[in-house]
Amino acid sequence: MTHLDMPATLQLVVAAFLLIGALVALIGSWGLAKLPDFYTRLHGPTKASTLGVGCTLIGSLLFFSHQQDGVSVQEALVTIFLFATAPVSAHMLGKAALRRRLKGVPGTRNMPDR
Amino acid sequence: MTPPLRSRQFWLPHPLFSLFLTLLWLLMVNDLSVAHALLGLALGVAIPLVTHAFWPEEAKIRRPLPLLRYLGVLLVDILRSNLVVALRILRPARQLRPGFFTYPLALEDDFAITLLASTISLTPGTVSLHYDNEANTLLIHALHLEDEAEAIATIRTRYEQPLEEIFR
Amino acid sequence: MIAVVIPIAMTLFAVAVLLNFYRLAIGPDIVDRILALDTLMINSIALIVLADLRMGLGVLFELALLIALMGFVSTVAMSKYLLRGDVIE
Repeated sequence: MTHLDMPATLQLVVAAFLLIGALVALIGSWGLAKLPDFYTRLHGPTKASTLGVGCTLIGSLLFFSHQQDGVSVQEALVTIFLFATAPVSAHMLGKAALRRRLKGVPGTRNMPDR
Repeated sequence: MTPPLRSRQFWLPHPLFSLFLTLLWLLMVNDLSVAHALLGLALGVAIPLVTHAFWPEEAKIRRPLPLLRYLGVLLVDILRSNLVVALRILRPARQLRPGFFTYPLALEDDFAITLLASTISLTPGTVSLHYDNEANTLLIHALHLEDEAEAIATIRTRYEQPLEEIFR
Repeated sequence: MIAVVIPIAMTLFAVAVLLNFYRLAIGPDIVDRILALDTLMINSIALIVLADLRMGLGVLFELALLIALMGFVSTVAMSKYLLRGDVIE
């Protein structure tokens, strides 16, 4: 690691991004593991995991932009890609689950009966 | 159906998409040199030309400025939604009241509907599951549904009306 | 400070990956397993980026981009298969 010449503020910001990103992604996966039915489980990964990994990528972007003088934008590309694709895969998975007539948790309101 | 060989429609069917591809190429190689700009431009012209036959009709972005504001609102809401969903996940699952509701769309344009569905999936506690082509409705699942009418009204005023303004 | 935070973040992501494996193992439906695989892909992107940061290389983004792409395409292909019994309409 050769980050010793980095300003302390930037180090703090990068560290905060990495830590918050990891925590948020962990909450997303925790939701995937513990929530009661498929439709509720869909919420954790689509939002939390995407944002968590996005935060990690932005931390890395800041770090390498300082490291290699010149903005490093490839991480931004991965982040945008993740944010654009997460809703689409959630939509497809939800459609597949509806098609397979998965049951919602008892107490789910307006369960579609198709 | 094919536009004449010498017209702009033939060589540049989607100018915005071409520009987007060029920018994407420059971002991907992470190198702003003339050679890569030219290569990106070549790709930006060639790819729409080759894939033109697969394209549905093109969406018209009428006003770029509200689009930027919309993206800003979206960014804030993504952060907010993560807080909401994280709290719901950490609380005991017994307190959850998940539910489905149908959202009647006012938008007509395919691209705008795609944007709205993606927005719904990224914002607080809702995931869009199914688009009904005939009735023009979206089936939405909410992690915690308290008031159906309120949820519909929120989506209408916060996301759909700005989108209507952009694509009208 | 970053040198301290990176192993912590990697541990958190490793726990997240274990939770995904748990969901992958117990199912109960195949859709749950696809969702678990998708999340696993996303988390592994973060692990790769963190490893890259730790080694100070800055060269592994192509890898991250590829995994993001493969994860998305495979998730959509598998859902499509469940929807229609066919990947390509």
